[in-house]
Amino acid sequence: MSTSSQPVSRRSFGKLAAVAAAAVAGGSALSSCATRSGTASPGAPLRVMAINHVWSHAISGRVAELEERIGRRVSITMLTADQLASSYNVKLNASGTDVDVMMVRALQEQLLFAHNGWLTDLTDRARGDTAYDWADFQDAPRERSVTDGRVLSIPVVTERPALYYRKDLVEEFGGPPGTLEDLLEMSLELADRRRGFFGYVGRGQRSGAVSQWSSFLYSFGGDFTVDGRSAIATPQAIAAYELYGGLLERTGPPGATNMSLEQAMPIFAQGKAAFYVDADAIYTNFLDPKISTVQDTVGFAPFPAGPAGSRPHNIPSWSLAVNEFSLLRDDAWEFIRWASSPEMVASLQAEGIPGARSSAWSDRATLTSFPADLAEAMRINAENGLGHDRPEVLQVGRARDIVGRPLVAGILGKSVPGIARDANAEFDDFLVRDNRHREPR
Amino acid sequence: MTATQTRPRTTAGRRPPGNRPPRTFEQANRRLKWAMLAPALGFVGLMIVFPLLFTLNLGFTDAFGAVNADKSWIGLQNFQDALADSRRFWPAAQRTVVFTVGAVLIETVLGLALAMLMRKAFRGMRWVRTILIIPLLTTPVAIGILWLLILDPTNGIANHLLESVGLPPQEFLGSVSQSLPTLMLIDVWQWTPMMTLLLLAGLSTLPEEPEEAAKVDGADAWQRFRHVVLPMLWPTLMTALVLRSVDALKTFDILYATKGPGGGSDFEAETLNVYAYGLTFDYQEYGLASAVLVLFTLFIIGVVVLLRRRAGKKEA
Repeated sequence: MSTSSQPVSRRSFGKLAAVAAAAVAGGSALSSCATRSGTASPGAPLRVMAINHVWSHAISGRVAELEERIGRRVSITMLTADQLASSYNVKLNASGTDVDVMMVRALQEQLLFAHNGWLTDLTDRARGDTAYDWADFQDAPRERSVTDGRVLSIPVVTERPALYYRKDLVEEFGGPPGTLEDLLEMSLELADRRRGFFGYVGRGQRSGAVSQWSSFLYSFGGDFTVDGRSAIATPQAIAAYELYGGLLERTGPPGATNMSLEQAMPIFAQGKAAFYVDADAIYTNFLDPKISTVQDTVGFAPFPAGPAGSRPHNIPSWSLAVNEFSLLRDDAWEFIRWASSPEMVASLQAEGIPGARSSAWSDRATLTSFPADLAEAMRINAENGLGHDRPEVLQVGRARDIVGRPLVAGILGKSVPGIARDANAEFDDFLVRDNRHREPR
Repeated sequence: MTATQTRPRTTAGRRPPGNRPPRTFEQANRRLKWAMLAPALGFVGLMIVFPLLFTLNLGFTDAFGAVNADKSWIGLQNFQDALADSRRFWPAAQRTVVFTVGAVLIETVLGLALAMLMRKAFRGMRWVRTILIIPLLTTPVAIGILWLLILDPTNGIANHLLESVGLPPQEFLGSVSQSLPTLMLIDVWQWTPMMTLLLLAGLSTLPEEPEEAAKVDGADAWQRFRHVVLPMLWPTLMTALVLRSVDALKTFDILYATKGPGGGSDFEAETLNVYAYGLTFDYQEYGLASAVLVLFTLFIIGVVVLLRRRAGKKEA
């Protein structure tokens, strides 16, 4: 048996390249033209992709009643926030029909997903159903569910920052700090970093800290943008950067710039910090004796006031939307309608999951599961709250990276104003490009 | 070797009708060869060539938001933007090189030393080999989380150990300046065993006579290693170096699991791989991300060619 080796001729290579180029072009064209088609089989389950959160677990336990009503099995997949975002990117870029109900972060993803045409318009279904009572949703979460006049998501979990503090340590000061200045002073006084005790602990990662820092920014009278232009180098923003950075740099734990919720929360739960500002939804971590040593000493207070008063965020942290490519959009809406009905929201809130309906918040019975001081702090924060905790742009990830740069500088003890001005110029450029992306092609 | 036959062709380059060459065994065999290769070629075409060309194609467009959204052809703009980006691209490229060179160098030296130690049989060698491969069998994300817990500046065991022997606590992965060296050491912990096993396999194939002859001639242990063992081991060493370097250049999982998006708050551990991932999944800038990936691929190919040439020269 003989073997022969012949080099690929120029002509053969040309043919191969032409076929490959045609395949790429064809693939591009096909993916551009991909549209929803076909119908789901009767036995196909309704697929829900959700965050691994107490809300999802609670809904999962009740879903049998909906399955009976729609005559279809409901399959709920729970992932972390990052995994969920990556999954949507992969599935929806391929116009995937294997997800029907999507749990989304309206402030992080809705503008982009709407721009991509990935979300079903729910306007008629939400507004046209009297029993559903769309007007019952709180103003801030409801407004964030609407993009270009269309309802694209329904808020199911809301979130505000809470000031977690150690009751045993603040007694001598007459109670928790009422202002941000007091917070810094008390943190400085209580910190004993040599012995591993910190005055303040909080998120310090460039991107992850931005949402918690937003309440500091608003309370100093600032915002991310003013009249469509960057406002992160205003005196108010710089003061907010310096205060937040100073809290962590002067009274916080080492390695704060690598801290997200997962690193910061255990430090307070282990009794190693006097104060901690983070989402009110995580309060159960401090009451669970398995992971907390402060269950008897933790207190909850409204967000401290800055020069512009107490202006925390009050946001829809998780919402439900329907995949535009879903073959089960009617059933998907039935799921959302059921999971966000006034009765369900009140029932879940009574179990400690804060919802977005005014009727639930005005019903005192739904707040009995929360510690009394936390319920009061949540009520006050909701009253004073602003409906966003990050820049409202298409590329939220890039915006957070830019806005978070002076924050990291502050935590590292660098001078903030120069870096804030540099970040401000970068943010301005970014906003121009982001607006350009929003223009229809 | 097959002689090339010249076949009569028309001016248009086609065979005249009725002038078909006879079907020989060799010819049939040549066609069968392609038939046998077809599944593999199809797989490579579909899973490697097509994605590569698709990525290359995207790199010349302003694709943003969704891959299948309307996009315009913008030529080399993305490549120019990437190469002019001194804030993210070049620092990421520099970190990629530092991480790879630093980690692979230590792994090679340690791997070679361990392989030399384990070359001769000793009691408990099987146990040692088993323990040695444990880091290799663990998933990188689990390793990342494990080290994140060990090196946690406040609650981690590493600082407790340091303090117990009177040393100051360190921030490790929480520090902007210590992150990359710490990650290199984690990589060394995970991948030195692979270098050891590869080099051990290479050492086991070497003939013993040259070394024994050198011993008879009075060469000491270092001289025998430097002038006899190392030259004979060189091809294996270079192969191991190429494999590990390419793998280290592409490191992503440990970096992302420990430092998160962007390689940390000051981008301190952002390599080209992490940067391209961020452009794709955090920023949805598919055009720019594709251009960065194309540049990154060219860079990896360049490194491989460089190492192969160097290996070839040394062997010659």
